[in-house]
Amino acid sequence: MAENDIGGAGQMTSEPQSAFEGTVRLHEKNQEIEGVQVSIAEILDRLHYSEAAIFAVRLSLEEAMMNGFRHGNLQDPTKFVEVRWLIDSNSANFHVIDEGDGFDPEGVPDPTLDENLEIPSGRGLMLIRAYMSDARYHAPGNHLEMTFRKVAK
Amino acid sequence: MSTETSRIRVTDLSGVMRVEFVDKDILDEAAIRQISTELVKRVEAAASPRMLISFRGVEHLSSAALGTLITINSLTKKRGGQLRLSDIKPSIMEVFTITKLNKLFQIFDTSVKALEGFGGK
Repeated sequence: MAENDIGGAGQMTSEPQSAFEGTVRLHEKNQEIEGVQVSIAEILDRLHYSEAAIFAVRLSLEEAMMNGFRHGNLQDPTKFVEVRWLIDSNSANFHVIDEGDGFDPEGVPDPTLDENLEIPSGRGLMLIRAYMSDARYHAPGNHLEMTFRKVAK
Repeated sequence: MSTETSRIRVTDLSGVMRVEFVDKDILDEAAIRQISTELVKRVEAAASPRMLISFRGVEHLSSAALGTLITINSLTKKRGGQLRLSDIKPSIMEVFTITKLNKLFQIFDTSVKALEGFGGK
């Protein structure tokens, strides 16, 4: 599991109102998923992120978690998706890690091509890339890191 | 005539099925599956189905919901009917634009505009 490269972030919570971090392991139960999204939206609101920013983060988190459950864990109810966040007044950074074998994000067909427009899946990752300032997979592809920055996109 | 289910409201407007959502967030997979099943059933029950899906009150929409809309669009076309969408707020319209699905769907500003020329007796 690619869990070792997320160290060092834990020191920033000494000022409780300026930075928030957390980790949660979720199984595919919708109440839990929604709970995480709502908590994060509240944090962003408290740190004066715009409505558009909260929309972007919430949608990206939803898509990232769903990809983890569906394509990563192949809907195995015993497997979890781990979500980690570190949010301050400038940026919101997330790691979404599933228990799958990973994949090659470059191998996903472009859903915006005319010949692919009527295929009903494959748009989650492109929405994440469009809405977040930065999104990348860590090898072997079961670990998505994404960041929303308040100023520059 | 209005029929209520747990996730959508369907109103028959002179032969056009107008669909509205009960929830403001259409994100949750189980809910989307339920909506999809219900819409497919209604489209399959009509000879040349005309369906208007209004997004009034909807605040969030995931790619899974887009998938359902694509399925319904294909199915209505296959059955000689048509799907129209309306009342999409700007933040959600952006999701359609990013995915270029605004090219696939017939999107109208309001339900009233969408119903114009949609026929029905």
